[in-house]
Amino acid sequence: MTAPQPSDPGQQRAGAQQAGEPLLSVRDLVQEFTVRERGGAKAGVVQAVSGVSFDVMPGETLGIVGETGSGKSTLARAILQAPRPKSGSVVFRGAELTRLRGGKLLEARRHMQFVFQDPFGSLDPKWKVRAIVEEPLIAYRVGDRAARRKRVDELLDLVGLEPSRYVKRHPRELSGGQAQRVAIARAVALEPSLLICDEAVSSLDVLIQAQVLNLFERLREELGLSYVFIAHDLALVKQVSDRVTVMYLGKLCEVGPGDSVYRQPLHPYTRALLDSIPSTEPSATRASATIKGEPPSPINPPSGCRFRTRCPRATDLCATDEPVPRELATGHLVACHFPLTEPAPAAAAGNGSAAAQSTAASKAVS
Amino acid sequence: MTDALLQVDDLRVTFPVGGREVRAVDGVSFTVEPGQTLAIIGESGSGKTVCCRAIMGLLPAGTAIRGSARLRGSELLGLSDAELRRHRGSDVAMVFQDPARSLNPTMRAGVQVAEAITTHRKVSKREASTQAVELLRLVRIPAAERRFHEYPHQLSGGMRQRVMIAIALACRPKLLIADEATTALDVTTQAQIMELLLDLQKELDMALIMISHDLGLAASYADEVVVMYAGKIVEQAPATQLFGAGGAVRMRYTRALLDAIPHLDRPAHTQLPIVGGRPPDPTALPPGCSFAPRCQYAEDDCRAKMPTLAEHTPSHRWACWHPCEEGGAA
Repeated sequence: MTAPQPSDPGQQRAGAQQAGEPLLSVRDLVQEFTVRERGGAKAGVVQAVSGVSFDVMPGETLGIVGETGSGKSTLARAILQAPRPKSGSVVFRGAELTRLRGGKLLEARRHMQFVFQDPFGSLDPKWKVRAIVEEPLIAYRVGDRAARRKRVDELLDLVGLEPSRYVKRHPRELSGGQAQRVAIARAVALEPSLLICDEAVSSLDVLIQAQVLNLFERLREELGLSYVFIAHDLALVKQVSDRVTVMYLGKLCEVGPGDSVYRQPLHPYTRALLDSIPSTEPSATRASATIKGEPPSPINPPSGCRFRTRCPRATDLCATDEPVPRELATGHLVACHFPLTEPAPAAAAGNGSAAAQSTAASKAVS
Repeated sequence: MTDALLQVDDLRVTFPVGGREVRAVDGVSFTVEPGQTLAIIGESGSGKTVCCRAIMGLLPAGTAIRGSARLRGSELLGLSDAELRRHRGSDVAMVFQDPARSLNPTMRAGVQVAEAITTHRKVSKREASTQAVELLRLVRIPAAERRFHEYPHQLSGGMRQRVMIAIALACRPKLLIADEATTALDVTTQAQIMELLLDLQKELDMALIMISHDLGLAASYADEVVVMYAGKIVEQAPATQLFGAGGAVRMRYTRALLDAIPHLDRPAHTQLPIVGGRPPDPTALPPGCSFAPRCQYAEDDCRAKMPTLAEHTPSHRWACWHPCEEGGAA
C-alpha cells in the first residue's frame, strides 16, 4: 500500500519547527491535583507528575513504562493540555502549548492525536463508524462532503477495515480489535505528526494485539509518524520503541535506547520490572527477588529518591538527596545514587522496611 | 484410574442465545491431581471461564450442561444449590479477575473474610474474627489487624486481591480456581500474587487451576498446561514439555499465541508474526478444525474434518492434522 496523498494540498503542514530539532520537547513538567475532604478542606496534593523532561525526535518512538499510579497517563494528558499542567513547558513543532489558547491551541493540537486504552469508551456508541472517523475532518473543515467521504474510506482501508462493510456499523457491532482500528483511523485522519498511545493495545487479546502493533508499525513507516507509546508492559513497549523511559511515582528513573535499558538496566526499579515479566522459558529461574511492598501514595511521596522505600540498595543518602539524572552510557540516563553498574553500597538499608517507617518522619521535607 | 482430585469428562455447555445454540464448551476432559497447578489458556470467548464456572455451578439457569465433573469421586454437575454450597468454599473455591467488584464495598475487609468462615463452620463471631486476622496474615497482608477494619476502597488492587484469596482460603479448599486473578494487576504485583499463590499451595497442599490468556504466565508458574480454542482443548502437556529448551509446541494455534507475545530480545520495529481474523462465531463453527480459517498451514482436510484430541506422544495431547515439527520451528 502506498502512502496516502494529503487530501488537501493547501493544508498547512509545516510548523515553525527547524530541521534537527525535536518534534516534542517537554521540560520540567509538573502536574498536581488537590484532594479535598468532605466540606472542601484541603486534604493533600497528589503529585502526579513531578518535573519530567524528555524529547521526541521526528520519526522517533518514545516508550513510557510505568505501573498504575506512576503518572504516565497524567503526563500524556498534560502534554495535550487537557487539563493544563501546573508548570513546565511543552514545545510541539516549535510552539509552546502551555501558552496557547483557543483556536491557536486547537490548530497546534491537530498534529498531535491520541489513542486510548478502551476503544468503546472513546467511541460514541450512538455514532456510526463513518461519522466517528469523519468528525475530526469536519472539526478542522477539511474538504467538502464528498472529499471527506473518500478520505474516510481511505482511512478505513489504511487500518485494514473494508470500508463498505464497516462504515454503517455502530461501535457495539465491532470487536475490540476492530473498534481500536476505528479509533486509530480517526486519530490519523488529520495526518498528525505525533500519536500518543495510552495503553492502546492493553485490553486486546494477544493475537489481536499483535495485529494492532503491526498496524502501528506500518503507519509509522507509511505516514512517518512519531509515537509516544505508554504502557505498563515493558516487553510491549520495547517492541515498538526506539527509546524507553521508566516512570515511577511521577518521576522518570531511567531513559535510554530500548536495547540498552533491557540489556543493561541501571535503575533497581527497571531491574525489578524486568524480573517480574513472566518468561516462556520455564528453565529460567523465576525471580523471587522482585520488589516487595507497594508504591507509596503520591500524596506526600517519599523524600529524596521516591523509590527508596522499596529499593534493596537504598541508604540514608537516598532519603535526603534527590538523585539527578546522569548519563552513564550514550543516551542512557539514570536518576539513581547507586546505579546497577556500581556495586551495592555497603550501608544499604536492606529491604526498605526501616526506610518505609521513616517515610512518615520525612514527609515534612516534601 | 488414579485418585485424581478433579476429573472432568466430556464437559459440554450450551447457552440458548436468540433461538440459536452457542456451544461455549464442547467436549472438554482433563484431570487435576492433588497439589498440581493446571493452567487453562485461551483468548476471550475460548470457553475457559465457562468451563470452570460450570464446575462451580455458577452458570445461569437455562444453560445446558452435560458430561461429568467429579471431585474426589463425587459428581458436581447437576447438584442442587444446597448440595453445591457444601462443596463450594470447603472443597473448591474461586478467585475472580476484578477484586474491586467481587468485594462488598460497604463491608470492612476483615468482616467479609469472617463471613466466609461463619458461612461454612459453626464458630462464634469472635473466633471467626480471630481466624480472619490469621487468614489476612496468611496472605501476607502487612498490619493485618489494622487492615481488618478497612473498607475495600482503602486497599490497593493487590491488597484487595489478597483479601479475595483469604476469603477463598477460609475453609481450606482442596482446589482453588483463579480466574484471571492477576490480569488487572501491575506486573510487579502480579509476580507477588503468583508467588503467594504458589507458596500457599505448598503450605496448604492445595491444587490450583489458573485461567489466563497469558501463555507466559502458564510457562512460568504451571505444571500442566491446557490450551483452549472455540470451546475445545486443542493442546495439553506438562509445561516443561511445551516451553523452553527441549519443549515443543505442536498445535498451530498454541504456536501462534507463543509467537505473538512481545519478547524483550526481539529487535524494535520488527513486524510480529501474526494470525489474521478473529475466533469463529460460536453459533456457526466451521465443520473442520475451528482454527483452520485463520491457520496459514490449513489444507483441505483441516477444513473438512475436525481433528481429534489425542495423546500423540506420552502425556502430550494435541488436535491438529498438520502439527508443527518437533523442535518448535513453525
